[in-house]
Amino acid sequence: MTDITLSPANSPSRNWGRIALRWLLFTLLGLFALFYLMPLFVMVTTSLKSLEEIRTGSLVAFPREVTFEAWRTAWSGACTGIQCEGLRPYFWNSVILAIPAVAISTILGAINGYVIAQWKFKGANLIFSLMLFGCFIPFQVVLLPMARMLGMMGIAGTIPGLIFVHVIYGIGFTTLFFRNYYVSIPQELVKAAKVDGAGFFRIFWSIFLPLSLPIIVVTVIWQFTQIWNDFLFGVSFSQAGTQPVTVALNNIVNSTTGVKEYNVDMAAAIIAALPTLLVYVVAGKYFIRGLTAGSVKG
Amino acid sequence: MAPILDIKNLYKNYGSVEILKDINVAIEPGDFLVLVGPSGCGKSTLLNCIAGLEPITAGTIDIGGRDMTEVSPKDRDIAMVFQSYALYPTMSVAKNITFGMKVRGVDQATQEKKLNEVAQQLQIEPLLQRRPGQLSGGQRQRVAMGRALVRDPKLFLFDEPLSNLDAKLRVEMRSEIKKLHQNLNATMVYVTHDQIEAMTLATKIVVLKGGIVQQIGSPAEIYNTPANLFVADFMGSPAMNLIPARAKANGKGTQIEIERAGAAPLVLTDTHAKDLPEDVILGLRPEDIAEAGFRAGEDVQEADCLIDMVEPAGADTYVVSQLGGKQVTARLHAETNARSGENLSLAFDLSKVSYFAPESGERLN
Amino acid sequence: MTEWLERHIPKMVLAPSFIAILVFVYGFIAWTAWVSLTRSRLLPKYEVEGLIQYERLFASPRFDTAMMNLFIFGTLFIIISMVLGLLIAILLDQKIRTEGVLRTIYLYPMALSMIVTGTAWKWIMNPGLGIEKMVRDWGFESFSFDWVIDPDMAIYAVVIAGVWQASGFVMALFLAGLRSVDGEIIKAAQVDGIPNWRIYSAIIIPSMAPIFLSAFIVLAHLAIKSFDLVIALTGGGPGYATDLPATYMYAMAFSRGDIGQAASSAMVMMAVVFAIIVPYLYSELRVKHD
Repeated sequence: MTDITLSPANSPSRNWGRIALRWLLFTLLGLFALFYLMPLFVMVTTSLKSLEEIRTGSLVAFPREVTFEAWRTAWSGACTGIQCEGLRPYFWNSVILAIPAVAISTILGAINGYVIAQWKFKGANLIFSLMLFGCFIPFQVVLLPMARMLGMMGIAGTIPGLIFVHVIYGIGFTTLFFRNYYVSIPQELVKAAKVDGAGFFRIFWSIFLPLSLPIIVVTVIWQFTQIWNDFLFGVSFSQAGTQPVTVALNNIVNSTTGVKEYNVDMAAAIIAALPTLLVYVVAGKYFIRGLTAGSVKG
Repeated sequence: MAPILDIKNLYKNYGSVEILKDINVAIEPGDFLVLVGPSGCGKSTLLNCIAGLEPITAGTIDIGGRDMTEVSPKDRDIAMVFQSYALYPTMSVAKNITFGMKVRGVDQATQEKKLNEVAQQLQIEPLLQRRPGQLSGGQRQRVAMGRALVRDPKLFLFDEPLSNLDAKLRVEMRSEIKKLHQNLNATMVYVTHDQIEAMTLATKIVVLKGGIVQQIGSPAEIYNTPANLFVADFMGSPAMNLIPARAKANGKGTQIEIERAGAAPLVLTDTHAKDLPEDVILGLRPEDIAEAGFRAGEDVQEADCLIDMVEPAGADTYVVSQLGGKQVTARLHAETNARSGENLSLAFDLSKVSYFAPESGERLN
Repeated sequence: MTEWLERHIPKMVLAPSFIAILVFVYGFIAWTAWVSLTRSRLLPKYEVEGLIQYERLFASPRFDTAMMNLFIFGTLFIIISMVLGLLIAILLDQKIRTEGVLRTIYLYPMALSMIVTGTAWKWIMNPGLGIEKMVRDWGFESFSFDWVIDPDMAIYAVVIAGVWQASGFVMALFLAGLRSVDGEIIKAAQVDGIPNWRIYSAIIIPSMAPIFLSAFIVLAHLAIKSFDLVIALTGGGPGYATDLPATYMYAMAFSRGDIGQAASSAMVMMAVVFAIIVPYLYSELRVKHD
């Protein structure tokens, strides 16, 4: 679209102005890049330093001597309160929590979106509005009753309990994603398939699902990021041993016993961030699409 | 012969809005029925009702002598071609065509056989392994037809199938559909907003407006004796001239007087018309107004008219004159010497004239 | 029977999700609202007593601080993120060859957990070993940057971390908005000899009003729900200097055993979200139905 280089530039003075502007532009962009990269850089370098070097060296200096000791401690030795098993068990908690929660909420979202977009019935729009609104509530408002409900269902403090919570409060968004995707598919496709003799599930399975790969990727990434990064549900509905990685990270960082091991804190933070960072690097395009779809379209 | 499609007293409401009102249409096997009307007239809704894709509010739909009013689309023995073709985007052309058979559990060998027959008939054999996304508009159109043909149904339904094609392709596909109809001797119901498509394809036309049937008849009936002002204006291009006039009975028949600004009224005498009210709207198609000397017959009457505009169109030349406060178009031969701003003697062929009541719009003769 | 089944399958498929939403969203909101009107403490009670919990809430200096913090944090977080996001989006919109790489760099914080962000910034802003020490080592002995432990400044430290996390996302929204402006209008303006900055200020930015609204909604929503960031960065402290309604609610619910206060503060949060989201959702849905 707009393009500075397209503007007419005949006189040499204007040319100089343009080059100067271009330099200013790159300088600014570079500075911003530094601002965003600095914390990551600091995290990585700190995690590779010894405590001694941290105390004596500069925050932004490269490690004089690279050591992976902090990583080892963070993974398998750091204390989260009384236990000192590192992040490892909690990392796996997050994995076995996220996989079913993502899968179930995505499947439900797909079929809900399919109904709302393609099988409109009276009241479908109202139902959609109610589901959509559910995405926006501050979850504090459901914490207390949910804690009691999980107790009544006998899954309080368990990983299935957390999966249940993430599925329930994920449906709104997953439905929104699939609904907005399916709504752009012409209704005639369903009509044609009906005339061809296919029923509700057959049409979904043979025609809509094969079309849905992009939106499935977007939804899975969105849900995975949300659930992996969640802290509020994790801290509210887990107990010792079932905590997800974010809660464990916070416990490690804020545990008051012993010497503060900043290098271990940073290594633990990177470990906790690694899965979502990886997803972002590998499938950034879909990640951004999810972010914008989740916020722009109503 | 028993009608193959028989619609009786059909009503369709969306909430309190009446979309279709008291529709009664019957067609025989082999008919090509065209539902035509402006957008929003309910023609596509009617087609969807016939297909069973929309429930109806009241009335009955019989297909092949069976009451199908409550039957779901898959059991109505119909096939349908959609405006957007509605090809299944992730399936190959072959799978698109055989999907219906597969769903119905037709065995593999029969599927193959039918697929090959249809592919040959429509000349789409080289396309069978492609995806719809790799096809041109015309090719998609053929595949959509193939999907319908392979079903060998009692009734083919077409929902504006040519409206997404460019002008040239549309004419080609139009004649191809016509050929197909003749070769298969199939019964077809076809929705369009294009009155030329309606005229060229139909054996029977239903003109709809505002959910109400305006006229049912053969293309010739619709064209020559439109039932009201709407049909007269909608069917035919350029449209029929509709000129306000005054009628007075006299000895030889009826004297028709048309006002002209800055000149004496134009007076014509119709020897056939009887019992016309004083105020009428006279309808005459452009081809029924010719240059004097080029049209003969006992009902042809000539008069001098001031030509406002001359529009050569290749095969014909159209001239426009102001009559009764309306722009009246006449279709002359290409070599006419008509000049705008000059008088020209025009021949009005009153054997083709229609009269309408100005208020109700109904036909009077 | 099969006909009936066929017609009602869509509704039956949607029903479980809908019922779940009804119970676990709307039912639970109703429960919280109810309990916020009782004298519940450690255990919920169900006798409605009126607005006593809200009276306690608004009389509590701690909640007062929390609301004030929400206001300061929300305002600064939204304004700075928007300005920064828009600025970067415009800079990136100048046909930069490395745009893809830069965009990836600006946006990656959004993929992180707020706990990770908080942990990182807590370390960076650590007065003894972080930025303060770094600058002092450079020779500026009197330099001081101890916001995370200064009760008056700690909330601004939260703003820094919040902006770092969310501004890249705002950039992505705005960049998409800039790119969606009709190219012909811009060409027409260029032909008319209108300078680039005027094209932005007079044509492109005004046409992005809906994007500003979306960005505002998302950021406001993030601000109100901010919980993890504060917990990780300051733990709500020093004292309760960086408490937000979200951390107040959590403290009441799970460490202070004051269910009545937890419920009423949750309802206040709900009301704030309502005031922002409902007009937005209403306009969105209404436009859709036209």
